[in-house]
Amino acid sequence: MIPELGYAITATALLMAVWGAGAAAGSVRAGRPALLLSAERAAVGAWLGLTLAMLLLVYAFLTFDFSVRYVALNTNRGTPFYYRITALWGALEGSIVLWAWMLALYTLIAVRRYRRRQPELYPWVLAVLLGVLAFFLLVMTVPAPPFERLHPVPADGRGLNPLLEDSGMITHPVALYLGFTGFTVPFAFAMAALVTGRTGEEWIAITRRWTIVAWYFLSLGLLIGGWWSYHVLGWGGYWAWDPVENAAFMPWLTGTAFLHSVMIQERRRILRLWNLTLVILTFGLTLFGTFLTRSGIIGSVHAFTQGAIGHFFLGFLALVLLGAFSLLAWRVDRLRAQGELDSLLSRESMFLLNNLFLVAATFTVFFGTVFPLLSEAVRGVKVSVGAPYFNLVNIPVFLGLLLLMGVGPLIAWRRASWDNLRRNFVIPVAAGGGAALLARALGLGNLLVLTCLALVVFVAGAMTLDYVRAVGARRRSGDGWGAATWGLLRRQNRRYGGFVVHLGVLVIALGVAGSQAWSVQTETTVKRGEHVELAGYRVRFERLTASEESNHAKVTGVFTVANGNMRPATLLPAKKFYPQEQSPIAYVDYRLGLIEDVYLVLGDFARDGSHATIRLQVNRLVSWLWIGGLVLTLGTVLAILPDRRRPA
Amino acid sequence: MTARVALRAGIPLAVVPLLLLLAYGFRTDPRAIPTPLIGKPAAPFSLTTFAGEPVSLDGLRGRVVVLNFWASWCVPACYDEAPVLERGWRAWRDRGVTLVGVNIQDTEDAARQFLARFDHTFPNAPDLGGRVSVDYGVYGVPETFFIDRAGRVRAKHVGAVTDQVFERHVRALAEEPS
Amino acid sequence: MSRRRRALAAAWLLAGAATVGAAPVAEETVQAIAAQLRCVVCQNLSVADSPSETANQMRGIIRERLARGETPDQVRAYFVERYGTWILLEPPRQGFNLVVWVAPFAALALGLALVAGVMWRWRRASDRSRAAAAPRPVDEAGRERLRRELADLDAR
Repeated sequence: MIPELGYAITATALLMAVWGAGAAAGSVRAGRPALLLSAERAAVGAWLGLTLAMLLLVYAFLTFDFSVRYVALNTNRGTPFYYRITALWGALEGSIVLWAWMLALYTLIAVRRYRRRQPELYPWVLAVLLGVLAFFLLVMTVPAPPFERLHPVPADGRGLNPLLEDSGMITHPVALYLGFTGFTVPFAFAMAALVTGRTGEEWIAITRRWTIVAWYFLSLGLLIGGWWSYHVLGWGGYWAWDPVENAAFMPWLTGTAFLHSVMIQERRRILRLWNLTLVILTFGLTLFGTFLTRSGIIGSVHAFTQGAIGHFFLGFLALVLLGAFSLLAWRVDRLRAQGELDSLLSRESMFLLNNLFLVAATFTVFFGTVFPLLSEAVRGVKVSVGAPYFNLVNIPVFLGLLLLMGVGPLIAWRRASWDNLRRNFVIPVAAGGGAALLARALGLGNLLVLTCLALVVFVAGAMTLDYVRAVGARRRSGDGWGAATWGLLRRQNRRYGGFVVHLGVLVIALGVAGSQAWSVQTETTVKRGEHVELAGYRVRFERLTASEESNHAKVTGVFTVANGNMRPATLLPAKKFYPQEQSPIAYVDYRLGLIEDVYLVLGDFARDGSHATIRLQVNRLVSWLWIGGLVLTLGTVLAILPDRRRPA
Repeated sequence: MTARVALRAGIPLAVVPLLLLLAYGFRTDPRAIPTPLIGKPAAPFSLTTFAGEPVSLDGLRGRVVVLNFWASWCVPACYDEAPVLERGWRAWRDRGVTLVGVNIQDTEDAARQFLARFDHTFPNAPDLGGRVSVDYGVYGVPETFFIDRAGRVRAKHVGAVTDQVFERHVRALAEEPS
Repeated sequence: MSRRRRALAAAWLLAGAATVGAAPVAEETVQAIAAQLRCVVCQNLSVADSPSETANQMRGIIRERLARGETPDQVRAYFVERYGTWILLEPPRQGFNLVVWVAPFAALALGLALVAGVMWRWRRASDRSRAAAAPRPVDEAGRERLRRELADLDAR
């Protein structure tokens, strides 16, 4: 019953989305506002249908309805309750449902916000949003239906991929997809602007908050993915330059470029063509990302199964890119605006360089990701392009971006006078250089880390100087530090929200540099009662225990960890044996700290518990990545607050 | 005018090569790694079978050798091909062909159970430490190598072997002049 | 039901393969070489990072070969002989593979040139518009109006 009902709901939602897209576009062409109303109702209908479909699937999961193939493949009778709900997005078909549902939700929000405020652009925005939604509903109906029936109904399901039984699984896809789908709205506005010819700054001002929120969720999704990788996959790293990781990183890069570049367009009314290109690229890259994950053309730890779905995504990607760029080419004349620059040392130049570096990084990551395919196409030889390559080629660009983060916000528009430069940068430069020299004197030899440290101190110094001066100015009129800061943050929330976000990036940068440079590891076999030492930590192997959980068997190693300062802690790394998996899954245990994490993986062990092979890592500054994420959150919230500068 | 039109058309057309490359991707399998060993001398190995007997490549010089890598946890492929291998062994053992099974990353009990289940009569040995599997560039199970009488690797089959595949390769190598 | 029992049994059975560690041969070298090789059963992880059994065995082979006196280059070459260049985590810097090494820097250079060109054009446009906006002499009628309005202001 459920498969048929679900399928019917999906098909109906698809028809409504298709109708809505056509009606919205038609309402402008034919000049009939009734069509627009119909399109809005169709949008509501599609969202309702998707919500129903989701609830139906969750119901099927909770009642162990194995007549639904998706349920049978992704849970079994032992799967814990909450994972049965989140298994909804645990595999291919369900992930599309989640994506489509979020897109439908965003469409409804857009309907509410813009139907009165933007009568010109709105119908086209709705048409594009519903068109994209229709595509995802089509995927849900034809190549990857979540409601396929399984015959005969098995007694028990296969079970969720054990790596997905984790809190990261609950949040990572949700955050990531909120980010991906969020970029559809600025794209829709860009298309509307091109179609209607209203290619001025209007669409940018409207979509500013959408872009920031989407960008934030994408950042959050990437960080949670790193956290998940770190504490589940057992290799002690948080980013592997895996093709699918890259595919999520690329829209983040172009999205960041877009976020900055629109600031120039808002101020100086230039770079229109470029900004439109950026937003098309960003949306295109989100589609490319989901294509890569689902088509199986490039192997990845994330890749879902292969099938016809890849063809659908490639076709849609082609349609979107060709269509959007054709629209752009058609309107190219309206987009030409001559920019003026008084000096190379100006904020405009810094923004241009910012865009250059971010787009260069995007190109690098993209080229490295598809090069194996290119090599096979041209020479028939398979090569790998992995972490060593990406780390090497991206470092100069990321260091350059750090530098720009410090210079950009403080240098003047149009032309920076020597006075401006002196006032704003002499102290931070001195601070950065001083910090590097001090670190060198204290024994830090790694040149890259030194450079990173110098840049971070420079940026932090520049921001602090600006803040102190701004607060100082307010204090002169009588406010205390607190009130002055609060006033500053509220009045200039965009600027200082940006500062806090940059601060978050700094913290993350330090975390990355520190963890790469200073983490140590060892792999060895210990006998029971013996210990291993690393970086001042002493890890003692106590014993092995075995247990049975609801859907797996577990062998746990009990280890005591101590160093001079802290109380001894017990770590319990384990090996989990799931019946549906071919090899055991390593379950890492760790002790997190502000500066150091102790990370333990259980390898082989003797049946009698007499000895075990372990991998012990002491990772440094990894926690700063997660802290940086928190700071990013604060900064984003600040940046999207309603403007207090102008009267309502 | 035409130059401008060309430039304008160029913008959308610039994405076409990329789309073509991605479409090409559908024809490739990222998980299939071509082996560089075809035509090269097969790596020597010296193992002890589950029955306690020694088996080595040098000892089999002059015979066609079919080297099969398997594991008891390799479901369903190794289970599908096991009867095929036993049939092939029984058909060709007197015609100058030897089949050797190499068990990787497995436990002794599970391996013995597998052998008993399929009543394998050809030599099977565990590859402790994985030296032999890495020597042959094995990246998954099951994989089967067809080695000629002179000790060169002539073919590699990834995935479960079928009767036709076995027959085709073995016949070709067996019928070669010594 | 019985599946879980079997899984638990498998857990204990699998334990038999533990090896007692040999004395490390400059463990950093082993890790360094392993970091350049791709783990063949994982996706995109290096042999140094991968927790899989295959990677474990490959690290053992690296250790063995180094202990036998081979150089890191020889160890890498051994793996390339067996698996092809695919096993290296970065493509060797020769032949067609140079494209992927050069492309990022070429793109950056090209981009810099483009940005420089744009900035130069903007400078020129700015110079031109400044020249065009140079103050023109005020005509007599204008001057007279100016005097009157200033007098008005002073009178207030």
